Amino acid sequence: MKEKTTVAKRVKKPLSAKRKAQSRREFLRTSVLAVGMTGFSLLGFLPVVQGTSLRLRPPGALKRTDDEKEFLSSCIKCGQCVQVCPVQAIKLADLEEGFGVGTPYIDAREQACDFSCDGLQCVLACPTGSLNHALNFPADTRMGFARLSRPSACLAIQGKGFQGQARGPQFPGLLRYDEVDRWNPIPVADHPYDLELCDLCVRQCPIEIRITQCAEKKVQASGEKVARVAEQVGNECPPVHAIALERVEMPNGELRMSPVIKEGCVGCGVCEMICPPEPPAIVIDIHKITDLT
Amino acid sequence: MGYIIESLRQIAGAEPSRPEKDRISARALEVHLHKKANPFSKAEFEEIYAVHGKGRTKWRNRRWATLLAVNLLFVVSYFFDIQILEGALTASRFVGFHMADLNSALQVMLAYKHLVLNLVIGTVTVFIIWVLLGGRTFCAWVCPYHLISELTEKLHLWLTERKLVSDHRFDRRARTLFYLLFALLALGTGYTVFETISPTGILSRALIYGPGIALLWVGLVLLIEIFYSRRAWCRYVCPIGVTYGVVGTLSPIRVKYNVKHCHHEGDCRKVCLVPHVLSMTIKGRATNFDMDIGADCTRCGMCVDICPTDSLDFVLGYGKKSQ
Repeated sequence: MKEKTTVAKRVKKPLSAKRKAQSRREFLRTSVLAVGMTGFSLLGFLPVVQGTSLRLRPPGALKRTDDEKEFLSSCIKCGQCVQVCPVQAIKLADLEEGFGVGTPYIDAREQACDFSCDGLQCVLACPTGSLNHALNFPADTRMGFARLSRPSACLAIQGKGFQGQARGPQFPGLLRYDEVDRWNPIPVADHPYDLELCDLCVRQCPIEIRITQCAEKKVQASGEKVARVAEQVGNECPPVHAIALERVEMPNGELRMSPVIKEGCVGCGVCEMICPPEPPAIVIDIHKITDLT
Repeated sequence: MGYIIESLRQIAGAEPSRPEKDRISARALEVHLHKKANPFSKAEFEEIYAVHGKGRTKWRNRRWATLLAVNLLFVVSYFFDIQILEGALTASRFVGFHMADLNSALQVMLAYKHLVLNLVIGTVTVFIIWVLLGGRTFCAWVCPYHLISELTEKLHLWLTERKLVSDHRFDRRARTLFYLLFALLALGTGYTVFETISPTGILSRALIYGPGIALLWVGLVLLIEIFYSRRAWCRYVCPIGVTYGVVGTLSPIRVKYNVKHCHHEGDCRKVCLVPHVLSMTIKGRATNFDMDIGADCTRCGMCVDICPTDSLDFVLGYGKKSQ
């Protein structure tokens, strides 16, 4: 009986001592590889847990201020949003962001999102809806909220005007100036200002610009046909102001003109980019969005 | 069916099954017996090598040209804003049509736990493309890491030849473990964990959007491959290869082996990234006169180039017979 089974089954030769040692080493090596590789990939957790991967994200990002989990998980890290942005505001995060590697962010001081694409091209380009397709208009965006971080540096508060290039001749940042070219953004350096009182953050705010345009349209109020679908829908006119220059009482009791951030601020970062002092007097706070719904 | 099962076994990391004697077809057995009775002489070997000059690079050239063309199309398309191929290898749009890398899409869906329409469209498109083109063809013909790793492999082989380093093998089942692990990590943590360390994604983005510190990681993996273990990432780690390998089981583009003129000298297995798929080229192992190489094969064509007897070649179709 015993003999029969050995004939029927292929006899497995016992391994030599050398082969045994080899396969033991291979097993150990493989275990080290498995642990090492998994461990390294999980290091990506650190920046996420510590919150250092938090960034100003493009319009429509699936996030709630400090919680970017949904955004990081749904983003496929392809950079199609980067490619469509007319002002190249969007960059891709590097490995120091851990799980956020390859996700899009905006460095507002370098190049803010000025909505010069009008149609939110990055949202349309996103293949996973990580930039939420439910978003239709710039005014509905919730990227962050502007904050007057250094009032003492603010030219308006100091009662100063501004002459020249907002960020100096070397600054490569772009903005769309409707009065110069409706379709193509130009370098901020090519558009010098001459202002009695500095109001750049208010003057260049894309939401404020849109509100002014809508108001002018209303004044014209003729039977003129509007070209853009967005205007026909009528939702594109922002419902609330984002920023205004108002007379504000200073701590010492003096009355000064100062930028005041309003409910309509979407956190696009143009004010931070255009603000002449270094570092800027106004920045985008990514930990906050407007209470407006 | 046998092909699919054996392919999946090998992709999972099992050693190729040794055929039982009675499973060898009459025609193959005839060849085996004939070769046993009439072993090749040294002169015959030399004659064959002289005729088929070694170092043919036909398929390698075609493959490198394709790989560079695809990756450069991404770069050119963005640089000149001609919108032919937008995005990166993880997800893109080819003249407007959505494409999504199967493994990246899988990771996103596991982490995000939603089905996104555009992603489904892109995934299905890419799935069909790679079923038609061969599955792991992605690895050898598109993946930028494969090309760089192929070049550093030459350095590794040069060093091994001089006994300066040696190749340390891992258990091939590690790749299956990684596949399951990264799927579970995506599902469990809700982050696309594998994407963080994927050299394919990192390199593709670096090419298109500019280099970053993530390239240091790719460099480290390459150093491990040069000094410690030959082609370690592709052989023992990369889940992308598993995904495309499984797709490739259905593909009609295969490398076919014909036992008749084979010298069993094993040159093909020496150049191969996945030599287990060529186990039937070992003397006496072929069960059929013609055999399809398993789906873990990246269709890189290096074995086709190097085979001195033309016993290996690309075919289109399932289980094609030679005359």
